[in-house]
Amino acid sequence: MSLALVLEQLLNGVQFGLMLFLMSAGLTLVFGVMGLINLAHGSLYMIGAFLCAAIAAATGNFFIGLMAGIAAAAAAGALIEILVIRRLYARDHLDQVLATFALILILSEGVRMIFGPFPLYLTVPSVLRGTVNLGIVDYSLYRLALIGFGIAVALGLWALIAKTRLGIRIRAGESDREMIAALGVNIRVLYTVVFALGAALAGLAGALVGAIQSVQVGMGEPVLILAFVVIVIGGIGSIKGAMVGALLVGVIDTMGRFLLPRLFATIFDASAAAGTGAALASMLIYLLMALVLIFRPKGLFPAHG
Amino acid sequence: MDNARKEWLLNTAIALALFAVPLWALLADEPFIITTATRIAILAIAAVGLNIALGLGGMVSFGHALYLGIGGYVAGIAAHHAFSGTTVLGLPGTNQMLPIWAIAMILSGTIAGIVGALSIRTSGIFFIMITLAFAQMGFFFTLSWPAYGGEDGLPIFVRNQFPGLNTARPWEFFLLSYGVLLAALAIFAMLRAARFGAALMAIRQNPDRAAAVGISPFGIKLVAFILSGMITGLAGAMMADLTRFVSPAMMAWTMSGELIVIIILGGVGRLFGPVAGAAILVCFEVLFGGLTEHWKLWLGLVLLAVVLFARGGLIGLLAGRAQHG
Repeated sequence: MSLALVLEQLLNGVQFGLMLFLMSAGLTLVFGVMGLINLAHGSLYMIGAFLCAAIAAATGNFFIGLMAGIAAAAAAGALIEILVIRRLYARDHLDQVLATFALILILSEGVRMIFGPFPLYLTVPSVLRGTVNLGIVDYSLYRLALIGFGIAVALGLWALIAKTRLGIRIRAGESDREMIAALGVNIRVLYTVVFALGAALAGLAGALVGAIQSVQVGMGEPVLILAFVVIVIGGIGSIKGAMVGALLVGVIDTMGRFLLPRLFATIFDASAAAGTGAALASMLIYLLMALVLIFRPKGLFPAHG
Repeated sequence: MDNARKEWLLNTAIALALFAVPLWALLADEPFIITTATRIAILAIAAVGLNIALGLGGMVSFGHALYLGIGGYVAGIAAHHAFSGTTVLGLPGTNQMLPIWAIAMILSGTIAGIVGALSIRTSGIFFIMITLAFAQMGFFFTLSWPAYGGEDGLPIFVRNQFPGLNTARPWEFFLLSYGVLLAALAIFAMLRAARFGAALMAIRQNPDRAAAVGISPFGIKLVAFILSGMITGLAGAMMADLTRFVSPAMMAWTMSGELIVIIILGGVGRLFGPVAGAAILVCFEVLFGGLTEHWKLWLGLVLLAVVLFARGGLIGLLAGRAQHG
């Protein structure tokens, strides 16, 4: 186990964490502003990936595909908000869980009907192929670009929320919905915009990750559950919490899967150790989430005081 | 006719139908229909378990597939060791359902006790997420634990046995499942009518007022959660015997979602809600699954319509609103 390998896994963890942040940011905004649990967020991730793969294959240009993926996810998000989600804000969490569970069934089957049952393949754009030398390790240029891009989007999102008029309204909506409606802000439009913004971020994450994994129906749900772990660890409604939570989950999950089997192999005999290590590593982030909830029931960065 | 009487008649009709249809299938030699009815009965047992936590206690557990899976793996592991003549933790395997059920209920009750003790302090979305997280831990543990099949699952070569019955025959296994379902429903009805159930429902409706009259929410909710996990665990052991196969998919989060869907389709907190819901879900799958490969799209639309427009599920639709909200 060399230092180069550890550094590579660490970078993979950060890259994974940043993609999780893109997913979690939308989820945590929607919960913070509208008080809604959206299980269908993973479907928007899937829509982004599918549209990106289809358009990139048709035009031969990854970046046009990426734009199409983001636009499709945002449009699907706005449509879902207007048709279904809007009726759920006043309902309890059980109804929200069920209605968005139903949306997953509908969207997954819808995508299967349109694109067929087989996975699509999205290739890394030619300008981002190959590796780049980082001193002790040759690292994938595309993954490095994802890290840079993830940081840029996070900064952009921070600027949007902290510096713009829309951001002020979003923050106002998080602290007091009735009050900002009373002050004359069109709350229905604001909700649609926030939902579409979250959907666009999910679509972006799906399209970017689609190039290093296969694009298939059901790809959104594992990421969705991880994003829930992230926002529960970070504190539901907090963008800063989502960032910290996403990096924690990304790095701990990647490093756990890498280190635990090796660590166990030095203590016990090899075959049993690898199995135990792998089993424990896959449970690690859920263990982390349970610990956070036991000691900080509102997450690391509670959004409302 | 008042709603309580209507609900009683409807419940009787559902119970009779679930018995009469497989009986007809036995005479008409249609084993597939008997197996389908058995699946409905076993899923209904699992949902009756969840209905104690969700319907009576208002605890939205999004991780009840964990107990289903624990029960399933108890049955699978016991049969595996009985088949190969080896021991597990110093105990021999067994192919008898009664000890398997006992172990499945003790183990799922213990795990439910741990999960409940850690999660009942939280509420709302946090409760949903922490129960989901524990179920995911179980899912990934079984997925990456190679000793009992890991990802591939564990087959049960011969269905486990019950004294006096030949469980390999579909009809006799159905009778057993139907009997257990009736027993689970009786336990649910007794709990709901008892002081315990009244306290549990009071806590659901208003925890502060319940605390003010001297009911301690934590202990009562924890006991309800444990009972809930035990019944779902029992259903898991029977489910594994029905399919003669157990795999991590039993603990997948979609399974937890399906159990909630069953309760919502039937009617939350209603005695026969889980039975009606399981029947709707399984019949939907069998009927529409044969017509179109995209049946899940239609299931999603029906579910969405039920949540948005027909609150109260099938029982609520046919027998009116429950007397206690």
